[in-house]
Amino acid sequence: MKYEILKLLANNAKYTASEIATMLGADEKEVSNTIKELEKDDYIRGYKAVIDWDKLDGAYVSAVVELNVVPKAGLGFEEVAEKVMAYKEVEAVYLMSGNYDLNVIVKGKSLQDVARFVARELATIDSVSATATHFVMRRYKEMDVNLISAEDDDRGQLWV
Amino acid sequence: MIDYGKILNKTVTEIKPSGIRKFFDIAATMDDVISLSVGEPDFQTPWAIRKAGIESLQKGKTKYTSNWGLVKLREEISNYMERKLNLKYCPDEEVLVTVGGSEAIDACIRAVVADGDEVIIPQPSYVCYEPMTRLAGGVPVIINVKAENNFKVTAKELEATITDKTKLLILPYPCNPTGAIMEKQDLEAIYEVIKDKNILILSDEIYSELTFGGKAHISPACIDGMKERTVIVNGFSKAFSMTGWRMGWACGPKEIVSQITKIHQYAIMCAPTTSQYAAIEALKNCDEDVQYMMKQYDMRRRIMVKGFNDIGLKCNEPKGAFYAFPSIKSTGMTSEEFCEKLLYAKNVAVVPGTAFGDSGEGFIRASYCYSVEHINEAIKRIGEFLKEI
Repeated sequence: MKYEILKLLANNAKYTASEIATMLGADEKEVSNTIKELEKDDYIRGYKAVIDWDKLDGAYVSAVVELNVVPKAGLGFEEVAEKVMAYKEVEAVYLMSGNYDLNVIVKGKSLQDVARFVARELATIDSVSATATHFVMRRYKEMDVNLISAEDDDRGQLWV
Repeated sequence: MIDYGKILNKTVTEIKPSGIRKFFDIAATMDDVISLSVGEPDFQTPWAIRKAGIESLQKGKTKYTSNWGLVKLREEISNYMERKLNLKYCPDEEVLVTVGGSEAIDACIRAVVADGDEVIIPQPSYVCYEPMTRLAGGVPVIINVKAENNFKVTAKELEATITDKTKLLILPYPCNPTGAIMEKQDLEAIYEVIKDKNILILSDEIYSELTFGGKAHISPACIDGMKERTVIVNGFSKAFSMTGWRMGWACGPKEIVSQITKIHQYAIMCAPTTSQYAAIEALKNCDEDVQYMMKQYDMRRRIMVKGFNDIGLKCNEPKGAFYAFPSIKSTGMTSEEFCEKLLYAKNVAVVPGTAFGDSGEGFIRASYCYSVEHINEAIKRIGEFLKEI
């Protein structure tokens, strides 16, 4: 049931315990207790809205920054990752397989803002040997949600 | 000047337009209508199926197929029938690929029914059986199934309806609009009534994948002695979310299917080739997609049934298809009145039960082929409407 509840909440965090209980054919009390447990045990780390920021002119720009890191003996990539994630400009940090090591999603008010942040902060961290910054030009889909409006339904009436 | 009245076939001009049509017409003129009226899956056709269609086009497979349908598809249909119902149909003689389940129903009725033959139709049920029977020259004989019997046809009702002229019994289960299903013992009771009579069953099983509560669909043909007197109609529209592909099939005794095929051959030639290639993929590799959609429908079904009961419209649990059929008798309104007023007052479109036969009076049909949010909003508005009337 935990997994079923998580799947539903991942899809829509606004589902109430009562709705989830109905959908799963489960007891409401049990569902609401399970959700509390999932929150307490850090399975659920937060609830956030999916926002189409592109609708607000100049709300923010974001970039994917690839970091090459020289890992430290005993500490691996953790030390750098912790430094990177401490910045409020950083939205997400992932350790990657492949050509580079850390994938960092950075947001800022403007291109210059992000560029400055990468140059002054990320690039200067000890053991970061190289950076490559890719600016996001348009968001099509965010957290499973389609952000571009669907095509008009031009099918006409069906009488059945 | 030409007199169209004298040109047109009276049987056709006398067919009433579908009762659902009126509400669609009104709803189409309004803004911000939230609809629970459409009996069509809101999922995209699974990508693998669409891809199979595209690939067949890329390879230039755009010509006619066999009248019966592609051999490979008939084999897959035969496998599917065995996998799902443990019934064996020979792909060469007992399986016909049709343009949706609708064509299979029409052709089967036309193959069996001639002037004056009686066709027994349980109602409330899907709207096509009665007009198709009339077009074939037959006489529809209606059984008004009852809510207290969970909208099943009972042996007693059937017995009272059969005459020497009865040729065909339509069994539309899982049922649109009631959500009723027939279980093994119900079908066995039907068998007892017809076993010594020369009556064929047309079993419309288009919603066979959509049964809830752990009970898998059972076909009348699964009952001992019934396979030889049953034509099963099914299709891809509902289970695989393939409404626009227009793909269905008929399975039955070769003596009947070969005659249905004659009608199909002259009226249609063959089902659309692209759709047939896509359908092969659907039957071969898409069980998981079907399961996923099924699970979504089940959750929406629970939300809708609880929603209706919570606002005071008594709604029994639908066991199949994707409709709830709540009673609106507590409002004192007729079904049509209720639906029209609801549409104008709250911009919510549902279908009056009477669109599916006179015995649908006092009920409305609400489809749950919509997101949970959409269903919740519609039910909230219906709840407000109930308080204001």
